[in-house]
Amino acid sequence: MSGKSYRVVGHSLRKKDAMSLLLGKPVYLDDVAPKGALVVKLLRSPHPHALIETIDTTNALKVPGVAAVYTYKDVPKTRFAIAGQTYPEPSPYDRLILDRHLRFAGDPVAIIAAETDAAAARAMKLIKVTYKILPAVLDPHTAKDNPVLVHPEEDWFPPCNVGGDNRRNLVASEVGGDGDVEAVLADCDIVLDRTYHTPACNQAMMETFRTYTALDGYGRLRVLSSTQIVFHARRILSRALGIPKSRIRVEKPRIGGGFGAKQTAVCEVYPAFVTLMTGRPAKLIYTREESQIAGSPRHEMEVHLRLGANRDGHIRALDVFTLSNTGAYGEHGPTTVGLSGHKSIPLYTGGLEAFRFGFDVVYTNLQPAGAYRGYGATQGIFAVESAVNELAETLGMDPTAIREQNMVREGMRMPAYYGEPNNACALDRCMARCKELFDWEHRYPVRDMGDGRVRAAGVAMAMQGSCISNVDVGSATIKLNEDGGYNLLIGAADMGTGCDTILAQMAAECMDCPVEDVAVFGADTDASPYDSGSYASSTTYVTGKAVELACAQLKQKLCALAAQKLGVAESGVEFTPSGVVCPADGRVLTLSDLAYAAQCGSQTALEATVSHSSPVSPPPFMVGMAEVEVDTLTGEVRVLDYKAVVDCGQPINPALARTQAEGGIVQGIGMALMENVTYDRHGKPVERSFLQYRLPTRLDMGHLQVEFEQSNEPTGPFGAKSIGEIVINTPSPAIAHAIYRATGVWHRSLPITPEKIAMGKQ
Amino acid sequence: MTITIQLNGRPVTAEVSPDTLLLDFVRAHGCASVKCGCETAGCGLCTVFLDDVPVLSCSVLAARADGHSVTTLEGLQDEAAEFVGFIADQGADQCGFCNPGFVMNTIALLRDNPDPTDEEIRSYLAGNLCRCSGYEGQLRGIRSFLNSRKEGAQ
Repeated sequence: MSGKSYRVVGHSLRKKDAMSLLLGKPVYLDDVAPKGALVVKLLRSPHPHALIETIDTTNALKVPGVAAVYTYKDVPKTRFAIAGQTYPEPSPYDRLILDRHLRFAGDPVAIIAAETDAAAARAMKLIKVTYKILPAVLDPHTAKDNPVLVHPEEDWFPPCNVGGDNRRNLVASEVGGDGDVEAVLADCDIVLDRTYHTPACNQAMMETFRTYTALDGYGRLRVLSSTQIVFHARRILSRALGIPKSRIRVEKPRIGGGFGAKQTAVCEVYPAFVTLMTGRPAKLIYTREESQIAGSPRHEMEVHLRLGANRDGHIRALDVFTLSNTGAYGEHGPTTVGLSGHKSIPLYTGGLEAFRFGFDVVYTNLQPAGAYRGYGATQGIFAVESAVNELAETLGMDPTAIREQNMVREGMRMPAYYGEPNNACALDRCMARCKELFDWEHRYPVRDMGDGRVRAAGVAMAMQGSCISNVDVGSATIKLNEDGGYNLLIGAADMGTGCDTILAQMAAECMDCPVEDVAVFGADTDASPYDSGSYASSTTYVTGKAVELACAQLKQKLCALAAQKLGVAESGVEFTPSGVVCPADGRVLTLSDLAYAAQCGSQTALEATVSHSSPVSPPPFMVGMAEVEVDTLTGEVRVLDYKAVVDCGQPINPALARTQAEGGIVQGIGMALMENVTYDRHGKPVERSFLQYRLPTRLDMGHLQVEFEQSNEPTGPFGAKSIGEIVINTPSPAIAHAIYRATGVWHRSLPITPEKIAMGKQ
Repeated sequence: MTITIQLNGRPVTAEVSPDTLLLDFVRAHGCASVKCGCETAGCGLCTVFLDDVPVLSCSVLAARADGHSVTTLEGLQDEAAEFVGFIADQGADQCGFCNPGFVMNTIALLRDNPDPTDEEIRSYLAGNLCRCSGYEGQLRGIRSFLNSRKEGAQ
């Protein structure tokens, strides 16, 4: 099924900022922040769990060029959350800017502000701290009800009831389901009982966390930050600093990648505090090491599942329990875990008679986790898709056939997906096309290449959402200018995804003009209309719809003004690319005429602002197939080929959608084979740089090919759903499957390193 | 200490400390295209040419460049403009933070080897990390630039 044909939407236009970015123009935070700001550095705890007994900053303050050193004694005592979420946040208020109680190796102990980098570094060494080292909770399995509490404080506060209890190291807990799982499982021919483990992984966006702050001409706090969430960041800063929101302005420049990392206000509070205290501009740029050890990585999860099926391959019941490790603070803890069940189980809505999904989210004395592309769905899909592959191999069935038999299809209601309807779904076509593209029939059989090298293939499906239903708000303001061009103001954050361009494409489609006539601005809390921010795969679907609606409103205003000027009824005029015409007599008011008319003796603002929210979150779907070559002697795995077919509804810009998919697949390959956040036995992080935390290079990913199978989502702008997150979900289960085919061993814990393969360890 | 560097063809004389990195030096002298991604010579973002040879400026002392010529993307705008549009057409620019280092090394590759195979491209650029694009679009972009250049020559 091919969708409607559009003039601008559905075309692979260059990103509006492409040539600036490719020619190295100064557009990122450290390029545009004014010079002369105080350099901010953070002294960090060397211990995973400790109390500050004494802290002496006297010598540090004597270093020439040091402006200030702050400790827990200097900061406000109101706890807050740094997760970028809609108020009231599901994440607990469990942080202070600086705390006497240190909860992970990397927790800030002191803030240093100095004229130069060297002075700040020197001062950091001269701060004298004595620590009372506490026993640390390092294993999520023993975290719940451990006598050692990560957050014993009385003022720990959860704004939402998500089943958490700080006296039990528990951030959230829930059990839900549909149907009688135990009865269905008891009636199944086969029940697989399996446990899968996915580690924390770092987003490793190329630009680390960074923020510049200053007081503006009105004495307000101006915050320039590399963030996906300008409005949430303003609210977080207001609570943390104890100043009104009207005194804060948050803007973002171009962002050097986010992938969810910058959906948490990881570093904003520190320079903001320095600026408030000193009155001076301040800038904090995290080193790569800080981004690695005190960032906001994926939640480590262990998924225990029972899958019940009949011998004919009919999947009848799924019982999923997820243990999620949120680390030292609860950012995104209660929400990520939900996706591990609610965005994996619904893939098998086809014949599913019952499901149950429960979870515990626990505190440990490890790096706090956060939002990373996929947001829990990635972890759950690794488990469910691996289990389905295990079922197929156990039954001797083709794993694509067992999926065709059980997959969710268009028109079904999905009980495990909050009961939402599957209005637009090309998952079946994605599977059919991917098989063809990959030549599944010939490449699924295992091939011995000699010298211990074996080639094999694996498959996985995936889904995600297109927003947080009934929560996310996207807004757009569109204004007409005197020359007939438009300004499009948004609060969503283009972090490289190209949303500025695709939203302009939608506006150009609606206003029947070239995309060059739409100038995009975002995001700035003083100037942009409210937007939750760019996360949860929501910008195309939610903010895009707001653009469509705002354009319709502006058109209506233009017609009303023209009708008034022409002295005819509103029904007597029509909007056209050249202006508003009166077909009865052929008179035309050009857009320029109308814009000038609104600037002279007028009471009409030729602009429209619309906020949009959706009661549903239509899932995009995807099928991925991997071919690997395993050297069974050394355990080395080479990904030779990866094919994927994606249903994101109508792709607004196919080139950008394809690049999202290819980038997500390579991140997924990294997760499957190499990326891991680990700690030594003292709870200190091991992968402190890119020398230890290896990202896939262009030699590690084989050849990628991505195609689209379009569906038409009735609630999305131009039929669109989302693309940004789903794309990371298929590689781990597909590659684990291929490695099983090559070696006969299921690897249920990621990453699947050569050592694990060579040793035949599970 | 005082050093003099031919920076993008213009002599720059400045006082530096012995531990000043070439990366910080060029950024302080108007070359903001040069980015720091990892500080440990592992990502390729800070690539500049030292006497026309690509080096990682995070791992070269400014003092080492004294008396030499250093070229950044600011000095290669025309040469870069020839092919970066092909990357833009693929949407492979993405967040853009790694683009300058990638463009610098691609220029170096094409100077060394005007007609590389896909494997030669991947191998030459292996030290340039990109977290957004998945690399495939960058390869398609370079390939379509080379194809268009060949067609133009015919």
